[in-house]
Amino acid sequence: MNHSLVTEGLSKVFRLFLQGDVRIPVLDNVDFSVAPGECVALTGPSGAGKSTLMRCLYGNYGAGAGRILIRHRGAMVDLAAADPRLVREIRQETLGYVSQFLRVIPRIGARDIVAEPLRARGVPAEAAQARASELLTRLNLPARLHNLPPATFSGGEQQRINLARGFAADYPVLLLDEPTASLDPVNRQVVVALMAEAKARGAALIGIFHDTEIRDQVADRLFEVLPIQDAA
Amino acid sequence: MNAPLLTARDLTLRFGRIAALDGVDLEIHPGEVVAIVGESGSGKTTLLRVLSGLMRPDGGEVSYLGQDVLGMSEAARRRLMRTEWGFVHQNPRDGLRMAVSAGGNIGERLMATGARHYGNIREQASHWLTRVEIDPARMDEVPAKFSGGMQQRLQIARTLVTLPKLVFMDEPTGGLDVSVQARLLDLIRALVADLGLAVLIVTHDIAAARLLAHRMLVMRHGVVVESGLTDRVLDDPQHPYTQLLVSSVLAA
Repeated sequence: MNHSLVTEGLSKVFRLFLQGDVRIPVLDNVDFSVAPGECVALTGPSGAGKSTLMRCLYGNYGAGAGRILIRHRGAMVDLAAADPRLVREIRQETLGYVSQFLRVIPRIGARDIVAEPLRARGVPAEAAQARASELLTRLNLPARLHNLPPATFSGGEQQRINLARGFAADYPVLLLDEPTASLDPVNRQVVVALMAEAKARGAALIGIFHDTEIRDQVADRLFEVLPIQDAA
Repeated sequence: MNAPLLTARDLTLRFGRIAALDGVDLEIHPGEVVAIVGESGSGKTTLLRVLSGLMRPDGGEVSYLGQDVLGMSEAARRRLMRTEWGFVHQNPRDGLRMAVSAGGNIGERLMATGARHYGNIREQASHWLTRVEIDPARMDEVPAKFSGGMQQRLQIARTLVTLPKLVFMDEPTGGLDVSVQARLLDLIRALVADLGLAVLIVTHDIAAARLLAHRMLVMRHGVVVESGLTDRVLDDPQHPYTQLLVSSVLAA
């Protein structure tokens, strides 16, 4: 099948050297896939490894074993084995990630944070900023805030900036970790619409949604991440 | 993908019984920002000095676009340092001429690459002062009258004015107040992205490395114990020393 992303035998064990070399297995042999235009919601109890899986898929956590195949520039590439420069290229063109928290950069305004992924692809500043303003406005962030660095913004405002940044660049594969967690109902529906539009243009979405109402509106399929029983 | 700018293979250097560099390999590609982190005495500044030809290793190779850096004549290395390379020192006094005006510090480096027209040089100097957020009206003042943060920004302007391909930075925010550091880091971040520079930055500031670097090398006792994508190394450290380093940082 023509998947956007496939994992094969993906496993992850954390080794904590400072705690007497404790080994914590989190993912064991995960086989997962997502097709273009599909949204898969990761489910499972808290601590089961949903966020760990998500971070492995982004290359933020290294995979312990297995492969993470992603369709990049028309070919399937193993993200788990890719060198850092290839991972950067994949993140620039193919793979986006909306994390739960915004990492603010001193002195950089909201609009520039949102425009940054487009600028990195070589989109001219004006076009990138116009797209950023459009998304921020759509997510109901008042225009007077667009130029300000978001360090002092509320949690919900910061999350909307994160979302605008994630949706600005039309990634073919988008990871969303609790994208609606601190949003009001109006903005939740904006995010639902943005996700639906992304699916309609063929993007593959992988999300963690604690809000089951939102999840049922956007997810085509659920993928359960099960906790590993302690091997000890 | 494109060829590396700078390649180092199996660098070794001992100071008596202490290994400052012990089998270090490194590559940096055009437009890539690579941070070298580690505690004091880990060998990171020594590595920077060896890579830039300031210090000779006991063994190993350094090559810049196919040229053997260690075998190069002193004149050829100096020419490289004036044109395609830049070096930002921790102490701006090591990179600036303190008795020469701010504008002169920038213009001097331009003249070393062949610029002769006084008006153009002055105009460029003014442009670069603005870029590093120094009022161009202060162009004729000597750097000794500037604050530490301004001196560091002037050193950066002096280094970048010739649009080098590769910039070495040794703890560029080292001696500065925290508020000044943030401004400087942001300025470096923006300039590096705009100009597409390759930067090799030595720092013990993990947050600065996260902000600036695409890739990171962790050094201890002259050995690179871990390397990779910056956020992977910091969020999923594999080596006991990296885990210690990351867990020792206070989250602000």
